[in-house]
Amino acid sequence: MQQQESQHILATEDLSIGYSSKKTIKIVAEKIQLQLKKGTFVSLLGKNGIGKSTLLRTLSNVQKPLQGNIYINQKNVKQFNSNQLATCISLVLTERLPESQLSVFELVALGRQPYTNWVDHLTTFDIEKINTAMKLTEITHLASQRYYELSDGQFQRVLIARALAQDTSLIILDEPTAHLDLHHTLQIFRVLKKLVTETSKTILISTHEVNLAIKFSDEIALMNENSFYKDTSDKLIENNLFDSLFLDEMIHFDKNLRQFIIK
Amino acid sequence: MNLPIYKKHFLLLSVLLIMLFFVNISLGSVAIPFQDIFSVLVGGNSSKESWEIIILNFRIPKAITAILVGSGLSVSGLLMQTLFRNPLAGPFVLGISSGASLGVALLLIGSSLFGGVLLSETFTHWTLPIAASLGAFLVLSAVIITANSVRNTMSILIIGLMFGSFASAIISVLSYFSEATKLQQFLFWSFGSLGNLSWNELLVLGVFYVIAMCGIFPILKSLNSLLLGENYAKSLGISIQKSRNIILVITSLLTGIITAFSGPIAFVGLAVPHLARMFFTTSNHKILVPASAIIGAIVLLICDSIAQLPTSDYTLPINAITSIFGAPVVIWLLIRKKKLFV
Repeated sequence: MQQQESQHILATEDLSIGYSSKKTIKIVAEKIQLQLKKGTFVSLLGKNGIGKSTLLRTLSNVQKPLQGNIYINQKNVKQFNSNQLATCISLVLTERLPESQLSVFELVALGRQPYTNWVDHLTTFDIEKINTAMKLTEITHLASQRYYELSDGQFQRVLIARALAQDTSLIILDEPTAHLDLHHTLQIFRVLKKLVTETSKTILISTHEVNLAIKFSDEIALMNENSFYKDTSDKLIENNLFDSLFLDEMIHFDKNLRQFIIK
Repeated sequence: MNLPIYKKHFLLLSVLLIMLFFVNISLGSVAIPFQDIFSVLVGGNSSKESWEIIILNFRIPKAITAILVGSGLSVSGLLMQTLFRNPLAGPFVLGISSGASLGVALLLIGSSLFGGVLLSETFTHWTLPIAASLGAFLVLSAVIITANSVRNTMSILIIGLMFGSFASAIISVLSYFSEATKLQQFLFWSFGSLGNLSWNELLVLGVFYVIAMCGIFPILKSLNSLLLGENYAKSLGISIQKSRNIILVITSLLTGIITAFSGPIAFVGLAVPHLARMFFTTSNHKILVPASAIIGAIVLLICDSIAQLPTSDYTLPINAITSIFGAPVVIWLLIRKKKLFV
């Protein structure tokens, strides 16, 4: 038990997330207990607007939690400075990048910023990391292209490569397959799975691809209005927890097919 | 694969810059043979003593001013475009030029209106720059104080614009009630001029310029990560608030001091970063900062050479020349390239 405890890359304690301003506090979700083990692929499922992005943003310290604590490698996030945190968690977000002339290589290379000196000089070690990241995500052939020339699927893999080059033990991705067709969605899931098995990174993604999440992830986190479950997909199916995801009479989770069907 | 270094580009631009420096010095209302110019530059004597004075005390300071002003405004423009991730941003979006203009307008027009101290009687070389600096400083502090209480960077852009139009509105009111001669004086200041600086003033400009430029080194990294947007920059360990404040202070210092000495010079700061991006086809600030500085200096030296109207006794306002010749060039480049970047 002790052994297992120490393998938690990330753990939360009574986490409340949401937005606060001077007058009002808007709580999105409360009392979230989430533990991520090293070398696992975890999918966060939940309907639109339930607070998946808010949770991911809070975990990655883009926004502050309303209450509770987040621990990274057993150390409270509050004790990290921003650069230390950047060496622990990397991000892939849904927001569009401002238009620029960055090449794919340069974009991926930005992932090395937490390690580079003040003029951002890339050492041979940095370049090696960048090349490995591009190889793992199968974008090496795109290196000298500008990122705005890429298709959505290629661009998403570039963003993953950038996060990978940041060389963190945890990568958090917010809906990485949002605009992709089935083929490219599958490709992204395969790449992520490969990263987990080959580099033993921990990956946390939010997604609406329930079927693929069940197929590829080691664990699934279900986010509902009043509840938060995290377990292996088998256990969640066994306990009929998927049905809590959508409270719609027409949507039904079929245990045998292991997927949602519409009646 | 590694990042290209662009050595050839920089070499080419440096040669061009040096050439234009000499061309700029050799042009003016008094025709001086090139041999004499050269001998003065290397420390010798010219055939006429007046030529020596013209070169040493007027033309060289003016050429150096052109270089400092051009590069300073261009780098400021680049910083603003990156901070606001907006290709239309320029060094004056924070309302600094309006602030400087307000300072000068208050001095020239206001003093006579309110019948205060007759400043115009005790006018020195320093009065205008000081008034302009105070005006710029006033607007700048207002912008920075409000900037720290808004979280959204884009709001700062709007706030800067608002302060700018507020200052301009006051200038309009002042102008409406002012005498024709005072108005003309103010108008002449707003045309911009590179030739008014003595060596002493140039030294002040130079010191501020160097201080501001040194401030860029600690934020070089954050400028590049800001190309990914603020959230990504933050996840890379960049402190947005800190970088933002440093960028605001550098820009204000540079544009404030430049406007104080040379008047509001339009266009250069907005257009040159785009020229730099097109010429170097990169968004990497390690390249873009020096590139913008060099191209900015070149552009202003060219504009100043044209403004002197070689072979004639007239000098055109530099502010008009920068736009008359610069705007069509940028339009043409954009039509050809079809894409505008940050």
